Amino acid sequence: MTEKPLRTPLYDEHLALGARMVSFAGFEMPLQYSGIVAEHNAVRSSAGVFDICHMSQFRVFGFGAREYLQGLLTNDLDEIGELGAAHYTLMCDEDGGIIDDLIVYHSGELEYLIIGNAANRLTDFEWMRSHCPEDVTLVQGTDREHRPESHIVELVDESDRTGLIALQGPKALDVLGELAGPGLELPRRFHLTEAVLETIPVLVSRTGYTGEDGVEIVCHYSHAELLWRTLLSFAEVTPCGLGARDTLRLEMGYRLHGVDMDRGVDPVSAGLGWVVSGKKERFIGCDAIERIRVQEPERRLAGLVTEEGIPRPGYSVLRDGVEVGKVASGTFSPTLGKGIATVYLPVEIAEPGTMLEVTIRRRSVAALVEPPPFVKSTSLQ
Amino acid sequence: MYPSDLKYDKEHEWVRVNGDIATVGISHFAQDQLGEVVYVDLPAPGDSVTLGEPFGEVESVKSVSELYAPVNGEVVKVNESLTDSPEIINEDPYGEGWMIEIEMSEPSEVDVLLSAEEYEVFVTEEE
Repeated sequence: MTEKPLRTPLYDEHLALGARMVSFAGFEMPLQYSGIVAEHNAVRSSAGVFDICHMSQFRVFGFGAREYLQGLLTNDLDEIGELGAAHYTLMCDEDGGIIDDLIVYHSGELEYLIIGNAANRLTDFEWMRSHCPEDVTLVQGTDREHRPESHIVELVDESDRTGLIALQGPKALDVLGELAGPGLELPRRFHLTEAVLETIPVLVSRTGYTGEDGVEIVCHYSHAELLWRTLLSFAEVTPCGLGARDTLRLEMGYRLHGVDMDRGVDPVSAGLGWVVSGKKERFIGCDAIERIRVQEPERRLAGLVTEEGIPRPGYSVLRDGVEVGKVASGTFSPTLGKGIATVYLPVEIAEPGTMLEVTIRRRSVAALVEPPPFVKSTSLQ
Repeated sequence: MYPSDLKYDKEHEWVRVNGDIATVGISHFAQDQLGEVVYVDLPAPGDSVTLGEPFGEVESVKSVSELYAPVNGEVVKVNESLTDSPEIINEDPYGEGWMIEIEMSEPSEVDVLLSAEEYEVFVTEEE
């Protein structure tokens, strides 16, 4: 990408905190502040905040919103019929290839909020736009086009005017409670609620990408800085970068789109068959995914644990000296003190307990197939 | 940050010379660039090392760095405590974070290594 890097509303805050910045999905993002391991441990033991303003937000509303999204997404929106309910879902192409993984919220009457990966923002929007019924009006940014006669569904890309900050860890809810006062009724897991934090109107979502309890807070772009500073004013809260975000999510086996799966992979092979509805009638990719489910996929995403060395993306995974796959996600688990990785393996090898090897540069080290989550005990489980 | 009684090379190792024994570790600059060290791979006593060639590796969560031998010789001692507590390298790079001791086959080789002052200039240019 040669375009000018994008910045979140918290860019100056990161510099002021001495963050080491990296380029991610076209954004200049903090990789780490105090250190990846220290930040990781802060989230597992206390609380951390993450700038996730780079993620994309789409809002879909109108009388046709539900039916439109039922045709685009793999999970069944009937599961989140209740206002404020949310779930994890996928958007696939006709072959079952995963375009993106998303959280969809039933955020209001006739309205859904969708949060997706920053890197896929344009692809997602273009896919949703081009797979709209004829009578859908597109509304982008604040440049609203008024054609009330055709507003069966409106699709708005709100990414540029929305801030998103994650507060995660066993002490996250205490901090939130203190900030919100007794007026806030905490949303249940995978639910969203309106709240006012200090003076800032927000949406509080009981979701996250760390395996710890906590929330993701949606606010207006212009309030992100104040919200960030307010959260950091608590001694329990540590600023955390993308480095810790990656180690935390991989310890839980949460997939990362673009690394653990992409357009070339179907949900069944990626181990995400559970978010593909078996009840729903028609959605894009349903026939292909059903076929794969019946025939069983050739490869499946499996977990690996190494005792020495760190398996990194692209490293060869071997069985009896023969390559059987390449590491997709791989890192050091600060909680376990071991190497952890994901890899697509032929199904007959992907069985837990199988002993394999990973080529870590000049050496070959033992790697045990183990189903994620690699870390079994957190504030969530 | 760069003790004056040590010698340095351009791969960011430091060397403490005592007779024909060279103790080797990585500099403050190297550990800071790397971030928290989570894994070290070091040679065993008796292994020979070659000037300018890798003798081991240090890894942080995000990156891997090779360790280069600043002199020729034979490894006589290895800091075993780094295996279980590699973070010592960050906490005390010039003390408890030492990595190996080399019995130099050609002790005069240390003369071409950088002084602390020279190394500091080199590092400033790298930054």
